[in-house]
Amino acid sequence: MSARPLALSSRIPPGLARAGLLWPSLAIILLFMVAPIGIMFTYSFLTAAPYGGVEWTFSGAAYTEILFERDFLDDSLAFTPDYLIIVARSVFQAAIATVLCLLISVPTAYYIATRSDRAKNIWLFLITIPYWVNLLIRTIALLFVLRGDGPVNSALIDLGLISQPLPLSYNGFAISLGLIYSFLPFMVLPLYSAFERFDFRLLDAAYDLYASRRVAFFRIVLPVMRPGLIAGSLLVFIPSIGSYLAPDILGGGKTLMIGNLIGTQFQAARNWPFGAALSMILLTITLIVLLWLARRAARQQQLN
Amino acid sequence: MQRAVIHPHPIPPGSISQTMAAGQNPVPHPHTVATEVRNLCKIYNAGTSRAHEALKDFNLAIRANEFFTLLGPSGCGKTTLLRILGGFEPLTSGICRIFGDDVSVLPPEARPVNTVFQQYALFPHMTVRSNIAFGLEMLGKPRAEIERTVEKMLDLVHMTEYADRKPDTMSGGQRQRVALARALAPQPKLLLLDEPLSALDLKLRQKMRLELKSLQRETGITFVFVTHDQEEALAMSDRVAVISNGCLQQVGTPEDIYEQPQSRFVADFIGESNLIDARVARFSGCEAILDIAGFDQVHADVAQDLAHGQPVSLSIRPERLVLSAGEGEGRGLATVFDRTYLGNAVEYHLRAGDHALTARSPRGGLRGRQDFAPGDTVHIAFEPGSIKVLLS
Repeated sequence: MSARPLALSSRIPPGLARAGLLWPSLAIILLFMVAPIGIMFTYSFLTAAPYGGVEWTFSGAAYTEILFERDFLDDSLAFTPDYLIIVARSVFQAAIATVLCLLISVPTAYYIATRSDRAKNIWLFLITIPYWVNLLIRTIALLFVLRGDGPVNSALIDLGLISQPLPLSYNGFAISLGLIYSFLPFMVLPLYSAFERFDFRLLDAAYDLYASRRVAFFRIVLPVMRPGLIAGSLLVFIPSIGSYLAPDILGGGKTLMIGNLIGTQFQAARNWPFGAALSMILLTITLIVLLWLARRAARQQQLN
Repeated sequence: MQRAVIHPHPIPPGSISQTMAAGQNPVPHPHTVATEVRNLCKIYNAGTSRAHEALKDFNLAIRANEFFTLLGPSGCGKTTLLRILGGFEPLTSGICRIFGDDVSVLPPEARPVNTVFQQYALFPHMTVRSNIAFGLEMLGKPRAEIERTVEKMLDLVHMTEYADRKPDTMSGGQRQRVALARALAPQPKLLLLDEPLSALDLKLRQKMRLELKSLQRETGITFVFVTHDQEEALAMSDRVAVISNGCLQQVGTPEDIYEQPQSRFVADFIGESNLIDARVARFSGCEAILDIAGFDQVHADVAQDLAHGQPVSLSIRPERLVLSAGEGEGRGLATVFDRTYLGNAVEYHLRAGDHALTARSPRGGLRGRQDFAPGDTVHIAFEPGSIKVLLS
């Protein structure tokens, strides 16, 4: 016998009550996920209106525009890699941010997870403190730190290590730094909880069976923590690839990422179908990464 | 009686002891010391307010090919000793040798020792086969040899059909067998077992006791087994060390420990004992006559020197108290205040003056023993040789 389910009223039949419990989530998914993505998908196959908005005539132009440029005069298509480069740069930047977040978070999470309960709470609290401040403000603050006349460059010049300010802002480096800074806790927290659940007696067993520390780490710790590593990587990679603020503010609008490109299409460029098509591309990249991970996990399961 | 230090079993053909004898790990002489600790001290959190002395000036030698058990209540230091032997815990002072080599400062991966952990600590992401192969791979054995040894180990612990399963799909008993195979595969000189049976249910535990014992005989590897279960210790061991409060209380064969306890602690901890305060009335060489309040004087063989009038404790096992309705050999009177039926025996709780005693009679009126009911008055006698004199 299972326990009597929680119900608001005993007069409502249980089947109906269960459906009733589900409707708030269903409504939210419909309103905030299905509807917007449906609209974007539709718009991506329409024609751009001259002053923004769409005209209801079907066109695949938005998608061809990503790879080809239409000549004004003879209407012929010529391959152009410009947008592809931006997509590739986005994937690259997100991958760099994910890998660096991993490298920073593994020791950090390990350190926190092996402290006393009191110390753990303090560390976790400190990790989350920056997130009390809005991401826009933090990103602008980071820009001031990195700028030519910012504290980092001033200190290096005062110490006589450099004579000219280092180009720390308005480039790929600044964007990477911004992405890492923005999303690091999304890596630290899942890894922390994975270390927390990790049975350290497995390490005793590995050493007992003649494993060195390095081998024990790569053959025991990492594989056992895989779910945590994957969760953290997704939580960093997905927001990074579509990031808007970091490239906009720290990249100075010169090194665009796909998020900025999409933003521009809906604002200055007034090419909604193209923006919608780019959004679909971004969504597809994300889904491909997720599917790839899910298939790998399923294969792992099958090996059991 | 010295038991099974030199075991009489011939080595079964194809068993792993044969490969070991042929390999780099010859079966050592039976009286070789497998491992010993000298003046071993272990203090946790030394120098802080939470300092705790887990082992105090501990000396112990374990012989090669022995099934040796460290027995004691939880917190007595037995697991600490095992962890020091395994290299998981640094010792504070003293020396620890394995087959003559000083290993005091060596890490676990540098010791010819493997461990069966309490909760087995099997690698959850690996199959049974890869778990067993792990130690051999770390030792850099050739692929073919690893595969051969793994098959042999799977066969030894009857787990061949589970070779490609993962640990979380198996029962406690199966995991236990895998843990054993994994620890035996690298052919350690010493196998440490940290309460490996405590996670199993009673029936399985009894079955695994026999399996462990025969596995030790088959492999010829020295087993150091930690448990708080005295029944387990008596059933499996060649010798037992009883540990209490960081100190070694007694080392001996199970018979020694049970029949000839040398301290109140051992008498009380191993099996059940009636502990009675007494005073030495007369003492001559190896026999003493003792006064017990409310009883007639009793005789006992003693091994130690006693002084006239010295207070001592007497230990008598419940099954060696003889109850009768008539006077006969009786040394005193007692009243039955409770009778407990145990299936194969009946236990009587008795009051004789200030003494609370327990007597156990086998069922079936063996040796003319009668049954008694609460309220009955009975005469108590002690079987010859049943009284152990312990210094209080």
